[in-house]
Amino acid sequence: MTKKKQVVYPYIPNSVPSVRRQMLAEIGVPDVDSLFEAIPEALRLDRRLNLPEPLLSEQALRAHVEGLLARNASSKQRLNFRGAGCYQHYVPAVCDEINSRGEFLTAYAGEPYEDHGRFQALFEYASMMGELLEMEVVNVPNYDGFQAAATSILMASRITGRQEVLVSASVSGDKLAMIRSYCEPSVSLRGVSLSTKNGQLDVAALGQALSDKTAAVYFENPSYLGVIEEQAQTIASLGHESGAICVVGTDPISLGVMTPPVNYGADIVCGDIQPLGMHMQFGGGQAGFIATRDEEEYVMQYPSRLFGIAPTMVPGEYGFGDVAYERTSFAVREQGKEWVGTATALWGITAGVYLALMGPQGMEELGEAILQRSHYAAMRIGAIRGVRSPALDSPFFQEFVVNFDGTGKSVAEVNEGLLERGIFGGVDLTSEFPDLGQSALYCVTEVHTQAEIDHLATALEEVLQ
Amino acid sequence: MSDDIRQARQTEGRPNLRRFHQARWDEPVIFELSTPGARGILPAPVEEGIAAAAGGVLAMLPDALRRRVPPKLPEMSQVHVLRHYMRLSQEVLGADLNIDVGQGTCTMKYNPKVNDQLARLPGLSELHPLQEESTIQGILEIYHQLEQFLKEISGLDRFTFQPGAGSQAIFTCTLMIRAYHASRGESDQRDEVITTLLSHPSDAACARTAGYKVITLYPESSGLPAMDALKAAVSERTAALLITNPEDTGIFNPRISQFVKIVHDAGGLCFYDQANANGLLGITRAREAGFDLCHFNLHKTFSAPHGCGGPGTGAAGCTSTLERFLPAPTVERHGDDYTLDYDRPDSIGKVRSFHGVASAVLKAYAWVMSLGAGGLREVAETAVLNNNYLLKKVLDISGVSAPYAEGARRIEQVRYSWEKLCEEAGVSSEDLGLRAADFGVHYWTSHHPFIVPEPMTLEPTESYSQDDLDEYAAILAHVAEEARSQPGVVKNAPHNSPVHRVADERYLDDPEMWAITWRAYLRKHGGER
Repeated sequence: MTKKKQVVYPYIPNSVPSVRRQMLAEIGVPDVDSLFEAIPEALRLDRRLNLPEPLLSEQALRAHVEGLLARNASSKQRLNFRGAGCYQHYVPAVCDEINSRGEFLTAYAGEPYEDHGRFQALFEYASMMGELLEMEVVNVPNYDGFQAAATSILMASRITGRQEVLVSASVSGDKLAMIRSYCEPSVSLRGVSLSTKNGQLDVAALGQALSDKTAAVYFENPSYLGVIEEQAQTIASLGHESGAICVVGTDPISLGVMTPPVNYGADIVCGDIQPLGMHMQFGGGQAGFIATRDEEEYVMQYPSRLFGIAPTMVPGEYGFGDVAYERTSFAVREQGKEWVGTATALWGITAGVYLALMGPQGMEELGEAILQRSHYAAMRIGAIRGVRSPALDSPFFQEFVVNFDGTGKSVAEVNEGLLERGIFGGVDLTSEFPDLGQSALYCVTEVHTQAEIDHLATALEEVLQ
Repeated sequence: MSDDIRQARQTEGRPNLRRFHQARWDEPVIFELSTPGARGILPAPVEEGIAAAAGGVLAMLPDALRRRVPPKLPEMSQVHVLRHYMRLSQEVLGADLNIDVGQGTCTMKYNPKVNDQLARLPGLSELHPLQEESTIQGILEIYHQLEQFLKEISGLDRFTFQPGAGSQAIFTCTLMIRAYHASRGESDQRDEVITTLLSHPSDAACARTAGYKVITLYPESSGLPAMDALKAAVSERTAALLITNPEDTGIFNPRISQFVKIVHDAGGLCFYDQANANGLLGITRAREAGFDLCHFNLHKTFSAPHGCGGPGTGAAGCTSTLERFLPAPTVERHGDDYTLDYDRPDSIGKVRSFHGVASAVLKAYAWVMSLGAGGLREVAETAVLNNNYLLKKVLDISGVSAPYAEGARRIEQVRYSWEKLCEEAGVSSEDLGLRAADFGVHYWTSHHPFIVPEPMTLEPTESYSQDDLDEYAAILAHVAEEARSQPGVVKNAPHNSPVHRVADERYLDDPEMWAITWRAYLRKHGGER
């Protein structure tokens, strides 16, 4: 063996040589290698790993990583109009403060006693989501809105015992792909077409597709294209008439101004909580929620953890614990519902902080501000010659389709021009929704000032000249 | 009487157990802190120009879709929100606070603060996932580089960081296995997956979710599944073996490459669940044992924090044969440029939105960069040294055992049994764990089923000192002694935690009584509506 360079690693307390010797003596072995005696020689790596020389000082490490991150251009340096599932909202300082706390950040899977605060914070998160959604059951967050949709659909299939699901054609391609790989082989998906004029679900087509095989109808409101589904009630009713479950994906940040889906017939509501206090993080802030009524046949189909409130041995003390643990894969392995494991609890806690800060008034004001800013932007862009904005003739929330067919330029060309001007233009929809021609999905939230929106309009005019 | 305070902090030269008490704020549920009209934060108002042009837009919302009743969220001033959550945070025993060796299988290690700070820089936190490639070269380089590291550490050929945690990585690999067999026209025929009882429950559950029948092999007295049992289980129906090595017994299966060969000979693939990789970094690899796929948890082995249960990352790896099935996009390098390759026709598609949890990828990258090859080996060696040291200390306690393979060295964790003590004293392992919490540590029993009676799973990673391990063992010894002398104290523990035991389990199991949200609680127990 090569002579080891004596590095004492700051993250490894027992890398102090004298301590190691003492511990080895205590165990009664001559060297650390003896502890690996069970691993056959043929399986041993007989060389050092080929890795870069380490940056042993924290200072050097920080400088190196900062240098790499400096090669990115963030939405603090550019003007960002992309959403499509990951949204730039204002993140209150208290959200960052709480999710930076070492107690929350570094905890994992303790009992409801020494980790009482984790259970309470997640119960409160679910409870505040329950108020926003007007539903009594909300899960501890799962991976993301994609998985929330996929699991909601599987739950509906298990509840109804049916294997076909009708999915609105406005769902994003990536999300649909994920739902499909999740649902195969037990559940098959069928798309329900949209009107390319207004982006609304084709209710007649839905009526024809529904049958006694339909487990669920899945649509989103607002949709991936930003469209507010005006016939939500009709869609849900049609599904219910066929004995199907109505599953609605929603953006929780819209619910200060939009009515919660349960009020137009949703049985299962799902989505992503990233907008509620999570930075975009290159997509790393996504986290999923699923909500239902408090009915046993629904509750027992959740794969996720569900935290409940309970009395303790001390009168007046709030305790918490896992509800109906026996349905999970932790308890019964492959007999459980799908699986449960590490997901996105820290983002659930953060979303709770966000909702508590916002309160009912904040959510309403925010929703209204997003509506106004996005409509202002759509109008400003729509005033540019050859551009149709909003391209879909429907009410919308936060995102809207902009069509460039009349400009002679492709979305790719437009976005290239915008990037040169320090702007991330709308998400290119041309491959995902070819029927919409040269269209892009623009996202405008409360972070966009009038001056920035005007700047976008001016830049677009320049690019399209 | 001595005037040296230190004298009273030790007994016979050894430090006394800590007189610990966790924070107990008796904090109300947040809705009880509401004051009508209070505000926690004010959204930015729209400018006059926007108000003039689009002020009436709310009225354009379809009537049936407009919210009429405001959500009953709490109304609180900012300081009260902060204070509430600060108090709750103090009622959580995070790894930053405790000798966190008691959460076996979880690889609780130090999460370097510098990496948390780096992940919060706008160069990562304010990136949109769909930005132009020219504006995300730094993060793509990090993805690419970490992939190179994991390739070297595992010996496999490609990795994806899209899965959001270990279980999702297992599911991803199961989908790739399904796609592989489908590509050979064998998906109908190969409908069985084999795993072991001591592998993580998600190996069985993910296979089932992907539509497979699950065959589970049980351990023999060696702690390992019998090779004959595997031979009997494989057939032309075998899609794959999903297996951990070592399992949470810490016993390394020396015949693992023969296991792999048996499955390969039957036409199946082999997935190595490497949630327990911490003691093997730089020692042995998936490649040498012949595996086709594997996964690592970046939030465990690679130091990203656990966040109360995520977000994390399950890095899923495969051989070049299976590369074409990886989720899209992959990160590709062309000279000094990095691109995202979405054009992958055989891909299983997406398993998680966008590019996974980039902050965990960055933290894992920085962690490897801070250690290098020598440091990673030091991690593995120290984790194993610590485990065998703690094993010796724990086995000195009367009433505990380390089932299977008596006397064998263990890799990085051990599933112990308190069976003897529990029979003797009439307590359960859960009781003992809750009593340990009164001294500022926790421990976890084990995964179900409790094939090891009255289990306790300890995994002392490289992050704990000899003194830490001595203190932990002293707490266990004290609790074991108490179980005999004052079992009531143990059975009613915890006493020094934020709250006491739940008094009525029906609140968690009875549909008439459980309350998963506050509004459900008020309806069921508060006489509302």
